[in-house]
Amino acid sequence: MEKNKRTKNILTILTLIVVCGLLYWSENNLNNFYIRVLNLAAIFAILGLSMNLVLGFTGMFSLGHSGFMCVGAYTAAILTMSPASKELIYYMVPINPALAQIEWPIFPAIVAAGLMAALFGLLVGIPALRLRDDYLAIATLGFAEIIRIVVTNTTSITNGSLGLKNIPSINSIWLYWGAAILTLIILKRMINSSWGFAFRAIRDNEIAAEAMGVSIFKHKLISFTIGAFFAGIAGALMGFLITSVDPTMFRFLFTFQILLIVVLGGMGSLTGSVISAIVITIMMEVLRFVEQPISILGLNIPGLSGMRMVIFSVLLLMVILFYRQGLMGTKEFNWDWVLRKFNRIKAGRRGETA
Amino acid sequence: MNTCTLRTDHITMEFGGLRAVSELSLEVAPGTIVGLIGPNGAGKTTVFNMITGVYKPTSGRIYFQDRDITGMKSDKITALGIARTFQNIRLFQSMSVLENVMISKHVRLQANLLEAVLGLPRYTRANHANYDECMDLLKKVQLDDVCHEAATSLPYGKQRRLEIARALATNPSLLLLDEPAAGMNPAESLELMDFVARIRSEFNITVLMIEHHMEVVMGICEKIYVLDYGETLAKGNPAEIQNDPKVIEAYLGAVDIDAEN
Repeated sequence: MEKNKRTKNILTILTLIVVCGLLYWSENNLNNFYIRVLNLAAIFAILGLSMNLVLGFTGMFSLGHSGFMCVGAYTAAILTMSPASKELIYYMVPINPALAQIEWPIFPAIVAAGLMAALFGLLVGIPALRLRDDYLAIATLGFAEIIRIVVTNTTSITNGSLGLKNIPSINSIWLYWGAAILTLIILKRMINSSWGFAFRAIRDNEIAAEAMGVSIFKHKLISFTIGAFFAGIAGALMGFLITSVDPTMFRFLFTFQILLIVVLGGMGSLTGSVISAIVITIMMEVLRFVEQPISILGLNIPGLSGMRMVIFSVLLLMVILFYRQGLMGTKEFNWDWVLRKFNRIKAGRRGETA
Repeated sequence: MNTCTLRTDHITMEFGGLRAVSELSLEVAPGTIVGLIGPNGAGKTTVFNMITGVYKPTSGRIYFQDRDITGMKSDKITALGIARTFQNIRLFQSMSVLENVMISKHVRLQANLLEAVLGLPRYTRANHANYDECMDLLKKVQLDDVCHEAATSLPYGKQRRLEIARALATNPSLLLLDEPAAGMNPAESLELMDFVARIRSEFNITVLMIEHHMEVVMGICEKIYVLDYGETLAKGNPAEIQNDPKVIEAYLGAVDIDAEN
């Protein structure tokens, strides 16, 4: 048992080193486009992980993720933009003087974005989490839309529908993947702690969980707020990646994309979310050609934008119909599983030779 | 006022026009096993739901160790020391036997979420202590050999026992058992009877149980309340209940006829 634990620790450290090596290689050898796609995958991984905490582990069907992401993106953007570019961009309505001179470094701004989103999560959660299932989904969807509309209309703070441009651009793969790996580690530790079990108890059987002394509302609120926190961080990173934000980015469709990642990866599997975030983000880019005009055997198909989403919708339907638990189900990629497989293969080999 | 573990003062529960429980006054003395019986739909589970805070009584008060707990939240009531099992087993299906029991310790964990995520000593220590306590408990209820198995993969009788163990893990002073012997054969129910009597003395608790198996109720309960259509039909010790003409007519009479056939 002890030896097993040590082997697992060594394997974990080795994997981290390999991942770091891969990231280092990517940074130096891939062109900007590929790095951008990888960074986007990291952002989607964070979003998938945070939604999985809420949906997969605590069993709350919340569709408000894009709203919290929006809050995070705007907070980080306003905090980090230089006063000069703020003056340039807010030409319709001048910026609120309290915000005009602020120029924070990146890291505190990211944390502030997370905290701001968490605050909104708390405020939305207090009324909304009294609801369950589809009702909760509708309520959170409504709140996300309210957040978006408030952002569109508070022009002196957010520059309204014009959006924000000239957000400091960061292309380092380390920031995005560092944040994603950190999120994975934090959530993994949380899920395996007493709190994680309380969340899962609520998902499994709310009445029994309450009868065992778990305060349903408190734990749901904690999970929801933490989910919002990480969504806010992902939003901030999104701003740094594409250097502009505007309210139309955070429509419901965006939440749907995250939902797709969570469902395909397996509700209740963190590693599943990460894998499916990478696969889906890459597929999003690879499948771009279906939106271009193509001619097959003399048959001309005009390019239709949105064709990619059709493919993903079909994929989602197939998963729900035939493979409901998704890629990983509620299982995690862990060393126990790998070691077991490995031992079985080894035993099989020995069997063959004997 | 004498210190009853549980006392209900004329509690009534109405669902719209339906009176599920009417003016029930229970008194459960410390250390006793009290039975709550009655035909189907008599309102027994509603009584449990009122005591554990799932429903708020329409009128009347509930006192636990002389403290008014009427209308408190379920989790607060559990924290005060009332634990329950369910008529239809409600285990956490995605978790192992041990994890099911560990949940009950969560409420008393003396560490916050941040300490847990960072793995600080206060959390690790508390978690280890909980782990040891739970293993100890599982040993006492003879489930330690299956502690890492999925809770729902256990045979029915063991699932029932796990539900009781999970309730015991909250360190209750009053345990409410909702039809613990449901679906068990006579041999199993006798075994369960011994089990309940044993945990009563071992964990120093008071038990209030709903049960249909007359041999179980008559065998271990010191006091029995009979409900019928929400009304309290009779109360007393097993001998009194067995000889009460109203009870015989409403309940035991039917059972006797069944037995003769």
